[in-house]
Order: sequence, then structure tokens, then C-alpha cells
Amino acid sequence: MSKTEAFTGADAASEAMRQINPDVVAAYPITPQTPIVMKFSQFVADGEVDTEMIRVESEHSAMSACVGASAAGARAMTATASAGLALMWEILGVASGSRLPIVMNVVNRALSAPINIHCDHSDSMGARDISWIQIYSENAQEVYENTILAIKLAEHPDVHLPVMVCQDGFITSHGIQNVKIFDDNKIREFLGERKPIKALLNVKDPVTMGPLQLQDYYFETKKQQDIAMQNAKKTYLEVGKALSGITGNTYDFVEAYNLDDAEVVVVTLNSTAGTVKSVVDKMKSTGKKVGLLKIKLFRPFPYEKVAQLLENKRAVAILDRSESFGADAPIYGELKNALYNANNKPKLQSYIFGLGGRDIYEEDIESVFNDLISNNIDPNKRYIGVRE
Amino acid sequence: MTEKKGWKEIPLGGMICEAGSSSKFKTGDWKSFRPIWNKEKCTQCMMCVVYCPEDCIPRKDDKRLETDLSVCKGCGICKEICPVKCIEMKEEGASDE
Repeated sequence: MSKTEAFTGADAASEAMRQINPDVVAAYPITPQTPIVMKFSQFVADGEVDTEMIRVESEHSAMSACVGASAAGARAMTATASAGLALMWEILGVASGSRLPIVMNVVNRALSAPINIHCDHSDSMGARDISWIQIYSENAQEVYENTILAIKLAEHPDVHLPVMVCQDGFITSHGIQNVKIFDDNKIREFLGERKPIKALLNVKDPVTMGPLQLQDYYFETKKQQDIAMQNAKKTYLEVGKALSGITGNTYDFVEAYNLDDAEVVVVTLNSTAGTVKSVVDKMKSTGKKVGLLKIKLFRPFPYEKVAQLLENKRAVAILDRSESFGADAPIYGELKNALYNANNKPKLQSYIFGLGGRDIYEEDIESVFNDLISNNIDPNKRYIGVRE
Repeated sequence: MTEKKGWKEIPLGGMICEAGSSSKFKTGDWKSFRPIWNKEKCTQCMMCVVYCPEDCIPRKDDKRLETDLSVCKGCGICKEICPVKCIEMKEEGASDE
């Protein structure tokens, strides 16, 4: 049994959290918090979940409380955006370094300064090397399903790492869409209860988590952490396959849209992938060989899969909604890495777009495709819509 | 020292899977002052024992014994709290007079 609801991306995240029924949610209750936590608090107040809701004084504390809860053996979740994620920074590393399977919905929004509350990916892309798995969602439906998948992935014994489920600020988080919601019992049965490998509250098996490790052991612990991140790829596919049994949808590292026939390809993630699909449909109808590669799993990054899908293409444009100042933009850099060993490398063009919520239109994407088709490609970053 | 374990053998995330292991960790090697206890002047009030943050002043039969210097960090709280001023802090490496 499933039902269709008119949900924003934020609603979709809180609905997933309601079904997950986490033991603990710790969250900062005011801006830059999103409606995810507002709606989830209502579920708590109405007794629809059994969650212990901890309202804390900062995001640093929110993640700290999640770390404590998760270490104790609880299933812990939170949500944040923008500056909130930035303030969590120190504890993000504590969560992943301590191998705690916390799941957090991130609504992607710009970082200060200048002050801006609108969509871009600077927040989560800034946290791409802190050993959190990152799943990006095109729309509210994906937010809902990815959040459920994330719990199972995070808690898998081969992984045991925290997961961020990302969605575009306002565009997805506040835009209402039809979202198919699956049966509570089926989702709960799929997830089961968390079975922690070790738990601080298990007095029969005492452990210390997050202790001092100096020159003698820290390095081994980090190596172990990277292996877990690599394992997460295989587990992501396995968990995705199991979830398909309920949803009927597929969970690959990427979504290939009209890619087989395409000679030129746009690569992006989150909501802009939806806009690209619309442009692909339009251009395809006029005989243009264009396609989209949407990245869903950004950490760990699916290098082999991306290389396999893009080698032999003529040209690829990578659309990043965040900067890496003085360096290659985050997605572009990964694509270039992925294709280094490819036999037949496509030409690559980096585009930065949409910083601070600047809109991107179908015409902009069409002109990107036309650049690729006419071989108008150079090694420099290009900025879509920036005034000179 | 036993042979160090590799990344495949160590517990997840640097976890320590035994209780009370901190007693194996000697914190006394970085102190720059050490407490010198005047046994004769001491009234055995136990204030220093209670206040010592490292719990490094042993007791036997309701009497305090010499500070365990392998654990003492030299913070000087024992000296500050002593009501009869029977503890003084001496700089490490200073000549004995």
C-alpha cells in the first residue's frame, strides 16, 4: 500500500523521519533550521513517534548530542542547512571518526559572507572530505527514499559511517510536489532496529569511544575509515536493491538520462538535473544527441561508473553549484579524475552556476549543450549568468 | 611493548574495548612541578586525596601515602588545598638543596 501526498522536499524528509521513528533527534530549532525539524517536532508533540527530541542551543551541540546518542546505541538523526552545517564542522569529524551511523538531512544553501539564505551547494560540498557519505536528491521523492536508504546504509556493519542526504534549498525544500509514500510497516520492517556493534550504554560490554590516539594508532584508524567508505559503494547498491523491492525504483550511483545515444553530456546533481532532463527532451526532439548524467552518490565517489558511462562521449559539461576557490569545482574535479585513465577521453568544460540562489533557466542549459555541440570548450571555469 | 596491531585488527573508530584502561596510561611524564609532601607536618585530613584530579595519592589504613609520580601531572591542587601547608611544589630538574 502506498499513498500520494502533496509534499515539499522538507515534508518528504520529515515524513521519512516519522516512518524511521528514530530514538533521538537533536536539532537547533531556529534559523538556519528548515521546516524538516519543525514538522518532525509536531510528530513528536502529537505522539506519532517515540523519539526523544532534544532542542539544543547550536548545531555544534545538535551534532554533539547525536554523537552521544548514537554512541549509546540509539538511532540518531538531525537536519540542518548552510551556516548550521558549518557550525557542526568539528563534530562532523567526530561522528565519522567514531564511526557513528547518524543520518542527517541537509538542505543545501549558501554560506556567509555575504549573507544569503538561498540555494547553492557550498555547505555540503565544503564537507565532502569529512568522511560522511553524501547522497544528493533531485526532488522530494528522492529525498524521501534516500533518507530511508541512508539509515540502512549507515548502520550496515561493513560501513558504520554517517550519511548526509542533500536537497536543494527552497527549490526542493519548499516546492510542493507529488510524493509517493510507502506503507509505514513495510518501511519499518525494511529498516528493523539498529543493532549497534558496540554501545556505550551496554554495561555488560564496557567500551570507550573517541579516545586519544597518537602517532601509534591514529593512522591505522584513518585507513580503516577509508576502507569503510569504499565498502559503502557496494553496500549502497545492495541496500538500494532491497529498497527497490518496496518502492520499485532503482538506486544506482548515478542516473543516466538519454545517455546511450548522446554525444554530448551535462553532468550535475540535485534539482538542476530535473531542468536538464527537460532540455534534453526538447533538444532530442530536434535530433540533437544530448544526455544527462546525474550524480546521486557523491561520497564515496563512483569513479569507475562515471568513467565507464562517459568515455567515448565527445564532450561533457560539468555544472557545479559551488566553488572551490582557486581550484577545480567539486564535481568537475572528480569527473576529471574519473576520466584520467579512460581510453577515449571526452573534452570537459567546467561551469559554475546558481551561487546564492541565482536561478538557472532552460535557455542557460540549452546554451551549454550548444557550446558542447559547437566545440566551444576551453580550460577555464565558466560562470553561467555572471555579469562582467 | 607488545607488537602494534594493524588496521584490520583494531576496533572500530579507535574504540577501547576494556574497562578501566586509563590506569595503564601514565600521565606523570609531562609535569614541570612535583609535589613534595612533608609527612611530619601532615594531619592526614585527606583534603589532597579528595581534590587530586588524577586520583594519584594512594591511601592505606586511613593514611595517605606518597604521591604516585608516574601519574601526577604536577597541577599543584594538593598544595593549594592543604590546610597546614605541608605540600610544596618543586620545579622538575631544579637542583636539590
